[in-house]
Amino acid sequence: MEVKQAFVPPFASPAISSELEVRIRKSFLNREGSFHLNVHFRALAGFTILFGASGAGKTTLLDCIAGLTDPDDGRILVGGEDLYDSEFKMNVPAWKRRIGYVLQDLALFPHMTAEQNVAYGLRQLDAAERQARSREMLASFRIDHLRDRRPAQISGGERQRVALARTLVTEPRALMLDEPLAALDRPTKSQILADLRQWNHHYRVPILFVTHSREEVFALGQEVIALDAGKIVAQGLPRDVLEAPRIETVAQLSGFENIFDATVVALHEDRGTMTCRVDAGQPGTGQLDLETPLVRAEAGTKLRIGVLAGDILLATESPRGLSARNILPGTIVWLERRDGIVSAGVDCGGVQFEVHLTLAARDALGLATGKNVWVVIKTHSCHLLRE
Amino acid sequence: MNWEAFWLTVRLATIVSSVLFATGIPVAYWLTYSPWRLKFLVEAAVALPIVLPPTVLGFYVLVALGSRSPLGRWWESLTGHTLAFTFEGLVIGSLLYSLPFAVQPFASAFGAVDSALLRASASLGHSPVQTFCRVVLPLSKAGLVTGFTLSFAHTLGEFGVVLMVGGNIPGVTRTISIDIYDQVQNAQYSSANHTALLLLVISFFLLSIVYGLNRGFWIVSPWK
Repeated sequence: MEVKQAFVPPFASPAISSELEVRIRKSFLNREGSFHLNVHFRALAGFTILFGASGAGKTTLLDCIAGLTDPDDGRILVGGEDLYDSEFKMNVPAWKRRIGYVLQDLALFPHMTAEQNVAYGLRQLDAAERQARSREMLASFRIDHLRDRRPAQISGGERQRVALARTLVTEPRALMLDEPLAALDRPTKSQILADLRQWNHHYRVPILFVTHSREEVFALGQEVIALDAGKIVAQGLPRDVLEAPRIETVAQLSGFENIFDATVVALHEDRGTMTCRVDAGQPGTGQLDLETPLVRAEAGTKLRIGVLAGDILLATESPRGLSARNILPGTIVWLERRDGIVSAGVDCGGVQFEVHLTLAARDALGLATGKNVWVVIKTHSCHLLRE
Repeated sequence: MNWEAFWLTVRLATIVSSVLFATGIPVAYWLTYSPWRLKFLVEAAVALPIVLPPTVLGFYVLVALGSRSPLGRWWESLTGHTLAFTFEGLVIGSLLYSLPFAVQPFASAFGAVDSALLRASASLGHSPVQTFCRVVLPLSKAGLVTGFTLSFAHTLGEFGVVLMVGGNIPGVTRTISIDIYDQVQNAQYSSANHTALLLLVISFFLLSIVYGLNRGFWIVSPWK
């Protein structure tokens, strides 16, 4: 593993934090004939979605990054450290890479309890510390009651949490998730996503999230790398990479808590945005304009807008100097606590938003039913769903 | 009933199955995980004692242990006597004779462990050997017990190799199966029947353990 001292990385900027950079090629034979994986991308801290049909090479790519299979050549860096470099014949073995990998079939150890599974990756700690850390992790994923159960005695969604907890507790430098939500129902999906986001808030590492589901891509709403037949065909935000989903059921499935019928009233091509008028539920109540990203549309086009409850901010005073384009006065009409989060309903002139916040935020702002607040929504948090 | 021969046989079978347990695990590990393309040759060699007549195996073991072979000479220089016709020689012959009965169940148990578990273990920071000890071995308990029991039972019942390598020295190399042969030769049918029946019952009991285990009959209590 000795690398020349004066070695200068061929990449333009020095890697900061735990950015992941991958540039690999791999060819192999499969049932359809020969397959060529040839990719080059960077993933910053936060979610990067790897999207593609089955057989596009997503799992092979994750296997290469995790060190479970060797590329033919190329280079893999995490946080500026080489994991694989064909030029210098360098190949850190999987178990020394500290890359978290949640496999598609979870692969929980059947002979161990949930707690033993979670403690498995904490080999280097002493027993007391190991127990404390794994119990803490089980508690934060709300599965501490499953501690002494074996995987066979645990339901699908809970197994998923155990698998995530087992990987996250090791504090990996990057996280690979291979279709982690594929088999789950919608509420479980959005809860697990919320947990993951929360974790990622504390541990700023790149998360490669593999999916072949458009709904999940939109639900996550972040950087997407579209993979087809082993090549990157597009990279960017979901609406740039994918066409908008056409029917509302898709949006419902994808976990948007807020979905509104709207009409395009003005296009601002210079700003890359447009103004949409949201139709309030009941006739006679007011209207609401939202600034949304620009898509191929014209004034009068009917569409739907989806906003994640977790993407909305609340302010108790009229905010100033914010980049967010949508700042709407409203009143809290309901407030309820769900597990670790607070869900609030805010009425803005007849249009109701569901907003998710933390307990701490609720207390700091002194939120209560009846309080006047301002709802803040970024332009790019408004996802457009064409009918 | 010749108890001397009985306990000698039990001692032999215990030593052989214990040594095979210790050596068979690394051999089976290698057979399961080695990427070497020619490993099928080793697999075939390990399986040879299943199909070879015990006399063939016994003959070559005898030659290998004799004072003309390097191994025989080395042993002689060390101990002052040859390996042939000793209990030690019998152990060596039996080790080869029962090798596949330990290695094959081990290897098939290791191979049956879901490879996804090995991948998960590696990504959780465990080396291949650590993974083997903490994941593969615990999940192969039934195969380990099967291999141990089969090699024990198989050694109990061996005849040809013992006769070739060990001869028929009372208290040293006369095992229970040879004792039965002797009794029949001397027309002592009743005592031959007692000994044979004992061997039959023990063998049936041991095989019941093996099959019960692999049916998952006992999976619930002792092993999980």
